Amino acid sequence: MSSLERSDVARLAALARIDMTDADLDRLSGQLAVIVDAVAKVAEVAGEDVPATSHPIPMANIHREDEVRPSLSQDDALAAAPEAEDGRFRVPQILGEEA
Amino acid sequence: MSEHTVDWTRATAARMADALAAGEVTSVELVQAHLDRIAAVDGPVHAFLHIDAEGALETARAVDADRAAGKELPRLAGVPIGIKDVLVTKGLPTTAGSRILEGWIPPYDATVTRRVREARMPILGKTNMDEFAMGSSTEHSGYGPTCNPWDLERIPGGSGGGSAAALAAFEAPLTIGSDTGGSIRQPASVTATVGVKPTYGGVSRFGAIALASSLDQLGPCGRTVLDTALLHEVMGGHDEMDATSLNEPVPACVDAALEGAQMDLTGVKIGVVRELSGADGGYQAGVTQRFDESLERLKGMGAEIVEVSCPSFEYALAAYYVILPSEASSNLAKFDSVRFGLRVEKTTVEKTMLATRAEGFGDEVKRRIILGTYALSAGYYDAYYGSAQKVRTLVQRDFDAAFAQCDVLVSPTTPTTPFKIGERIDDPLAMYLNDIATIPANLAGIPGMSLPSGVAPEDGLPTGFQILAPAHEDARLYRIGAALEASLTAEWGGPLSAQAPELEVAE
Amino acid sequence: MTTMTYEQAMEEFDPVFGIEVHVELNTKTKMFCGCANEFGAEPNTQVCPVCLGLPGAMPVTNDKAVESAIRLGLALGCSIRESSRFARKNYFYPDLAKDYQISQYDEPTCYEGSLDVVLDDGTVVTIGIERAHMEEDAGKNTHVGGTGGIQGADYSLVDYNRGGVPLVEIVTKPITGMGARTAEVARAYVATIRDIVRALDISDGRMEQGSVRADVNLSLRPKAVAGESQDDVPFGKRSETKNVNSLRAIERAVHFEAARQASLLLGGQPVVQETRHWHEDTSSTTPGRSKEEAEDYRYFPEPDLLPVEPSREWVEELRSTIPEHPAKMRARLREEWGFSDLEMRDVVAADALILIAATVQAGTTAQAARKWWMGELSRVANDREVALTALPVTPDAIAELQGLIDEGKINDKLARQALEGVLAGEGSPAEVVASRGLEVVSDDSALEKAVDDALAAQPDVLAKIQDGKVQAAGAIVGAVMKATRGQADAGRVREIILQRAGVEG
Ligand SMILES: [Zn+2]
Repeated sequence: MSSLERSDVARLAALARIDMTDADLDRLSGQLAVIVDAVAKVAEVAGEDVPATSHPIPMANIHREDEVRPSLSQDDALAAAPEAEDGRFRVPQILGEEA
Repeated sequence: MSEHTVDWTRATAARMADALAAGEVTSVELVQAHLDRIAAVDGPVHAFLHIDAEGALETARAVDADRAAGKELPRLAGVPIGIKDVLVTKGLPTTAGSRILEGWIPPYDATVTRRVREARMPILGKTNMDEFAMGSSTEHSGYGPTCNPWDLERIPGGSGGGSAAALAAFEAPLTIGSDTGGSIRQPASVTATVGVKPTYGGVSRFGAIALASSLDQLGPCGRTVLDTALLHEVMGGHDEMDATSLNEPVPACVDAALEGAQMDLTGVKIGVVRELSGADGGYQAGVTQRFDESLERLKGMGAEIVEVSCPSFEYALAAYYVILPSEASSNLAKFDSVRFGLRVEKTTVEKTMLATRAEGFGDEVKRRIILGTYALSAGYYDAYYGSAQKVRTLVQRDFDAAFAQCDVLVSPTTPTTPFKIGERIDDPLAMYLNDIATIPANLAGIPGMSLPSGVAPEDGLPTGFQILAPAHEDARLYRIGAALEASLTAEWGGPLSAQAPELEVAE
Repeated sequence: MTTMTYEQAMEEFDPVFGIEVHVELNTKTKMFCGCANEFGAEPNTQVCPVCLGLPGAMPVTNDKAVESAIRLGLALGCSIRESSRFARKNYFYPDLAKDYQISQYDEPTCYEGSLDVVLDDGTVVTIGIERAHMEEDAGKNTHVGGTGGIQGADYSLVDYNRGGVPLVEIVTKPITGMGARTAEVARAYVATIRDIVRALDISDGRMEQGSVRADVNLSLRPKAVAGESQDDVPFGKRSETKNVNSLRAIERAVHFEAARQASLLLGGQPVVQETRHWHEDTSSTTPGRSKEEAEDYRYFPEPDLLPVEPSREWVEELRSTIPEHPAKMRARLREEWGFSDLEMRDVVAADALILIAATVQAGTTAQAARKWWMGELSRVANDREVALTALPVTPDAIAELQGLIDEGKINDKLARQALEGVLAGEGSPAEVVASRGLEVVSDDSALEKAVDDALAAQPDVLAKIQDGKVQAAGAIVGAVMKATRGQADAGRVREIILQRAGVEG
C-alpha cells in the first residue's frame, strides 16, 4: 500500500474541514505517512472468511417507544451559540461570493 | 490522636463512607479537606481543569443535613469525587481537554453524572485529560499537562492523567475515567492507583463526549480495589439513553472485592498471555519483575497459572489505530462553530469551519482526524476500516479461546514505568506503544483492571498489574484484584500510594 | 444552441430516469430522540442534546419509525433484511447538527421491490424498487439578505426543529423504455407513493409541506440503431434535480431536463453529471454542486446503534396490515360500485374513497354512500372548512342513517335533520331521531284523520280525484305533509287519499 503523500493530507484536511498551513502539512504529513504504513498491516490477516465486528457485544433491536420527552427551551438550546438571531443559530453566508 | 490531626484525604472512600455514617466526620469537612489539598498541590500537579468548591460544599451541606435528620442515604453519600472532563456536567464547564470547547456549559447531565449526583457525592471538579481523550500522557490536553505526583517531571498516563493524578496526590478519593484503549488502566498503572474499564455497555456512555464509540467505556478510579468497586456500582447499570447499554444487573463488584480480600484463590485459573508478558522483550526489567512476583503471590493463594497465546494481538494495535481515528473523525465533526464552542469568524461558513477547527484542535487530534478520514475514504475503506473490523473478530476469537482455559487473563498493564514529559511527544508511534497491553480488551469489549504491583527497583516508579475477564464477568476482576492487593499491602504495611513522595505544599 | 422541446427530445433520444422519494413519517417523536415531530413550532423549541448534536449525546432508534419503514417496504413489495444497520453519512453542512447524517448504506432494511403504477389511461407500468431505507432529516436554513435565496445571502439562520425527523428514502432502479411517457410515469409513480403512505397512515403525505419530496434523476442516450438492442446502449450522464415538491413539478422537471439535455447533446456539448435545483416559479433547473467535486461521504456503520433484526413473525404480522394497492383498489371498487370514471375521480379528489368503502362495508349501497359523502357531508365539510375525514361522523353512522330511510322510519328531509344532530354530537342517528322526534308518522288512524281534514278543507280536489284526475291528490298529500311537519310517509298518505275517494291507485 502506498504511503500518504503531502497532497493527500491537504485533500483530507479539506474534507475534514481543518485549515492547514504549509508548515502544518510539512509537520503532519511525515508523521502520518509513518502511521499509515504501520497500520496498513491490518489488511494482512483480514481474510475473506473473517466476518467484521462493529459492536464488541453482539446485541440487536434496542429501540425506544415513540413517546415524547421534554425538549430544551429555546434559550437553553441557543445559550452556547457563538451567534444567534430570531431564535435561530446564525452562521456566515453558506455560499461564498464566488458562487 | 486528636480529631484535628486526622488527614482525611489519606483515607479510603470506604473508610470515609463509614466515618460519615458513624458521625465521625461530616461531608463538609471531607470536601473542605480535599479542596484545601487541591489548593495546596494542584498548582504543580494540575489534575483539575475546573474546581467547583461551592457546588461541592452545597452538596456536602445537604448530605450532612439529611444525615442529621436521620434520612437514609446511599453508601457513598457525602464522599467527594472528581469527574473526568469528558463527561458533561450540567452547569459546570466541560471541555474534554480541548480549546474548541473552552467555556462551554452543557445544558444537560451525562447519565453517569446524574448517577453520581443521585448517589449524593459532592463533585469537586473536572479532571484534566488529553484532548478528546487522544493520548497516553495528558500532554495533549489543550490546557497543559498533568504531572505525575510520583515524579512531577513524568507523565501521569493518559488520557485520564488528571483522574489518576488526583487520586495519587490525595486530591480526591474517587474519580471517574474513560477508557478507549487504556485511558483508565494505563494512568492507574503509572500512578500506583486502581482503575477499571467495565464490560462495554456496562456503564452508560450517554453524555460522555465520544472519542471512538465502539471502544469507549467509562469506569471507576480509586486508590483501592474496594473503593473502585463501590464507585463501579454507583456508575453501572442499564440506561435507555444509550442503545449499546447492557440490559442486565450491575455486577456484584463490592461483594467480589470483599471475597477476594479473604486471599483464597483455590480453584481459580489465571492465564498469562504470552504476547503481553514481555517474553519477547520490550518490557522494562522492573515491570517484568513485579509482574512475576505478583503471579507468585496469586499462586500462593491457591490459583493455578497457565500460559495462553493470543496470536492476533500482534495486529491489535494497528486495528485500534484504524478504528479509533475513523470513528473519532466522525464524532468530532460536530465541533463546527455553529451551535456551541469556538468560532473563528470568516466570510463564509465553510471558511469559518476550516479556521475554527484549525485553531481549536491540537496536533494529535488533527493527526487522528486526518488518519480516520483517510481510512474511511472511498477506495480505502475495505483495506483499512473493513480489515480492522475483521482483526477485531480475530482478537475476540483469541480471547474466547483463552477464556476457555482460564478464568482471568493477566499481564503487566504497561511495558514501562512513566516516562518523562516531552520524551515521546514528537513520536506518535512510540506513544501509541504505551497501550499495547490495554488495547485488546477494548477491541473485544471485555472488562479490565489495573492495580499497583509495586515500584520498579531501577527507578522507584510504579508498575501496574492488569487483569482481564470475559465480557459481563467484571466481578472476577475485583475478586482477583482484591486478593493480590491484600497480599501486597500486607507486605507493604499499607497501600502503595502511601509510598509516593510527599508533594511540596503551596502556601 | 438549438432549443428542443420535450417531445422533440423524446423523438431523438431514449430517456432513462430514476426517482428518490423522501417520506417524512408521522411518528409522534423524531427518529433518534424524544423531541416532538410536529410541523410549524417556534424555531429551536423541538430540540434536545441528541438532535442538536451536542457533545456526549447519543441516538436511540424510534420503534414506530422502524415499524413504519417495514410496512412501507412491504407495501412496495420489498424484501425485509433479517439484519440491517444504520450508517453514518459524513459531510459538513450547518443544518446537519452532528455533521453526519444517520442513514442506511449497504444494508438497508427494505430492498428489491416493485410497484405497479397505473397511468390515467389504465396502462400499468411496473417500477423496480432498489431499496427503502431509514434516515433522519436535516434542520432548516433561512437565508438573510440578498433575494432570500442561498446565493447572495449575507448570512443564514438555522432552526433544528426538523433535524432528526424520521424519513424513509425510496430509491427506484433505473426506469427505461418509457419514451414520451416518461414525465407521466414519473408523476404517477410519486402520486402512487403518496397514496400508499397515506393508506398506510405512516405519513400525512403532504407534498406542499415537504412531507413527501422527490429527487428526479434523468439521462438521455441515443436511440438504438437497426439491429441493436436499446438495452445495449450505455446510459448517458445524468442530472439529479433535487426537491421537486409537487406532482405537477415532477412532470415539468422531467420536461425541462429532457429538453435541456437534448439541446446540449444535439449542440455537441456534454451533459455534466451534477445535482440541479428546481425552481417552481420559472419551471426550470439550475446547477448545484457537480458530482466531479462531490463529497466523499465516508459511510461506516453507526457505532452508537445496533442492528435492526425484525423477527419473521413480526414482519408477517405487519404484512397483514398492508392495505391494497391504491390504484388497484380504486379500479376494483369502481367496478364493484358501478361508478362512472367522473364519479370515481371526484370521489378520489374529495378523499372520500375510504369513507365510502367503509360505509358500503357497513351495509349501504355504493350510490347511497356516495350521495351522502359527496353531497350533504361534502357541503358541511366545505362550510366548516375541514377535510371530509375530519367531520365528527363515522361511516357506520351514515350507514345507520341510510338504513333508517330504507326502513321507511324517516325520509330524506328528516334524515338531513338527523345528520345535523349527529354532527352536533347528539348521538347516533337512531338516538337523534328518537330525541328530536323525527320518526315518520306511520300510524294509519292519525294519517286518516289528517287526510279527512285536508279533504274536508278542499272539497273541489276530492271531486277532481273522483273524476279520475288522480294527480290532483298531490295537493292533499302536500297539505297532509305540512300538517304532520313532514313526518308522514307520503306513499301511505296517497294510498289513504285514493281509498277515501273510492278510486283505485
Ligand atoms: Zn431531540
